[in-house]
Amino acid sequence: MALWTFFGLRQGSATTRWPAPDGDDGQADVLGMPRYHPELCGDGCGVCAEACPTGAIIVDPAGKIEVDYGRCIACQLCVEACPDGAMTASGDWAFGVRRREDLRWSENGDAPASPAPTAGYRRSLHIRHVDAGSCNGCESELQALNNPIYNLHRLGIFFTPSPRFADLLLVTGPVTNAMIEPLKAAYEAMPEPRWVMATGTCAVSGALTGGGYAAQRGLGDTLPVDVWLPGCPPNPAAIIEALLMFLDRMPQRVRGGTYGE
Amino acid sequence: MIAADQAPIARSEPIRVIDIGTDVLVSNAQGLRTTGSRLKMVYARRVAEDRIELRYVIEELPGAGFTVWRCAIGKTAPSLADVWPLLSWDEREIMELYGVTFLGHPDPRPLVLHPTVEGGPVSRVVEEDVSEPGLRAAGVLPEIAGAKLDVQLLPFGPVRAGVVESGAFFFGYVGEHILEYEPQLFFKHRGMEARFEGLPPEAGTVLAERVSAVGSVAHAFAYCRAVEACASCMPPERAHWGRVLLAEMERIYNHLHFLGHLADTTTLKVGQAEGMLLEEQAKRLNARLTGSRFLRNMLTPGGLRRDIDPGDWLAPSLAQLRSRTERYTKLLKHSDSFLDRLLTTGPLPSEVAFDQGATGPVARASGLDRDLRRDHPYGAYDQFPPTIAKHDEADAHARFHVRVDEIMASFALLDALLSRAPQGSIRERCAGVPNSEGLGWVEGARGAMVYAVHLDERVRLSRVKIRSPSFSNWRAFPFTVQDSNMMDYAINEASFGLTIAGCDR
Repeated sequence: MALWTFFGLRQGSATTRWPAPDGDDGQADVLGMPRYHPELCGDGCGVCAEACPTGAIIVDPAGKIEVDYGRCIACQLCVEACPDGAMTASGDWAFGVRRREDLRWSENGDAPASPAPTAGYRRSLHIRHVDAGSCNGCESELQALNNPIYNLHRLGIFFTPSPRFADLLLVTGPVTNAMIEPLKAAYEAMPEPRWVMATGTCAVSGALTGGGYAAQRGLGDTLPVDVWLPGCPPNPAAIIEALLMFLDRMPQRVRGGTYGE
Repeated sequence: MIAADQAPIARSEPIRVIDIGTDVLVSNAQGLRTTGSRLKMVYARRVAEDRIELRYVIEELPGAGFTVWRCAIGKTAPSLADVWPLLSWDEREIMELYGVTFLGHPDPRPLVLHPTVEGGPVSRVVEEDVSEPGLRAAGVLPEIAGAKLDVQLLPFGPVRAGVVESGAFFFGYVGEHILEYEPQLFFKHRGMEARFEGLPPEAGTVLAERVSAVGSVAHAFAYCRAVEACASCMPPERAHWGRVLLAEMERIYNHLHFLGHLADTTTLKVGQAEGMLLEEQAKRLNARLTGSRFLRNMLTPGGLRRDIDPGDWLAPSLAQLRSRTERYTKLLKHSDSFLDRLLTTGPLPSEVAFDQGATGPVARASGLDRDLRRDHPYGAYDQFPPTIAKHDEADAHARFHVRVDEIMASFALLDALLSRAPQGSIRERCAGVPNSEGLGWVEGARGAMVYAVHLDERVRLSRVKIRSPSFSNWRAFPFTVQDSNMMDYAINEASFGLTIAGCDR
């Protein structure tokens, strides 16, 4: 055991300083949701919409394109399909928002005028996670939050085993039919005030995995959702940004489907 | 696998499709037991409104490919679960989803669809004699007979402590001693196989990648190989090379996760932290190489979607990760408190491992020398043969050792891959043939992954069957829990390295 103590001490601290300005979020190489550049779109051929496996891209009757980032799984197929380069790969992954409509982009649609009301909750946050049918990708990244690099505890955010101590219910997966009741039971067991976060594109919209004979199309029909975070899966930094946004400690980046810096 | 009599595609072993009647099914299955072949799975396929066809997939001896028995049935078929217990769950799933009755099935309860989501498992037939777990033909887990006054019953889950996948477990125990145990899975069943139906084959890859995230490459690889078999399409050399490279990177981050998790269950906290740190570093290499921490969005039927550029950074980065992993595993191997919890924990005798369908590192830790990469090579594994780890002790400690050996073998394999990269194109056209079928297999980090794909007359997917290694190993795992103790349970479960998403689909 002394060996491990020595080993640990010698390794030093691996924890990132991010989100402090001089810190590194560690996701520089991760491809996020593609960006749409309407000025480059030629004749609205709709090849991107055909390539999209989740229906996140829709060509409206006027030939205008609408993008629902709540359905995007960042598979990059539209980027490869577009002949004009109007869909470009990007590092836009911090997509946590308070209003579902903030994930929708359309040419005519303006960003909602006012920012969404905040929860006004600024104390240390205790999270109860429930897997409602994920592919284990979201869990893999949620587990990473407690690795020495992200070290979630330093931010005053904790996972709790009991819903009785939880402020936030963090749900992954499209909500399988078998998980509806356990999920509701976990929610009912939480004291008020309580909030819900849909994590991953499956939980936001069902994406590829929801809507079959065995699953819902995301969390929205089962529980009231306060934070929506699409991503397939959202990386650890995206999850942290969404949690800090919920706590009013970071701004919401995405409004009206447009990604701000 | 377009038709039974067609010549095998170059560099791919033969797959024979044989028609077989229900009358000889049991005797043929019994005959197989002596040949060294192994029945791998059975799946059903609706060929007409009222006509079902069963497909039995058999892994032949190394180099001899696969055989598929095609068996047309009405509403019933004889159960083979007593002959090949590993088929028990497949048959139960088919009974539910296809309305077929398997006559003589030892345990014909529903498996996949939850009639109710509350309470423990549905009532079972209590058998009179308490048989030893893991007897050759044990299709049903043994149960306690008579009054259970002193037995504590603990239904646990599906929502459990920590960030874990949903699944429920039923324990019957006295003090520390577990007398009964049964996992109740499939809370996460999303009906993934049905989601493929109607899609064009190239669209199925992103779906396959999302069956189980930590097996994204293995799922996509097996799926693409099955579609390529339908299309008689051969990816170019560089695509083979790139796929194998991605598959080995997947093995490394998964096994590092395994070590961190195992250290966690033995409360070796610094060891847990180091394992998680190394996993994170491996995931970052994945992201740098592919843009995805899970190595997603790279494979497609016919090859790769984008080329892989290891530049001059991947080899030194891997070397760094390797030396740190070596130091880490050496410490683990010399930590008494860690080893004490693993030695003799959760033994899975090799006969039980074989009969119940254990696969991958779990099977290789029980003395079964099987690995699809060597036995039925695919991709570039014939040119880059892996070193196969095997141990005979069959306990959690052996499962730990197999994984450690496999990480090192993967690092060595990646070295070889990076030093001998073929150049050239990365993608062949892969147009499916109407009414064709194909089988694709790979050895993922958790074991054998098999995809069976059927295309209809419009060249759309009409049936996709997924046999994931976690489905196989969850079937075998309970046989190590009966008669063990509560304190070892979490360690034993971690030593199997199971995912629930892959099992539930």
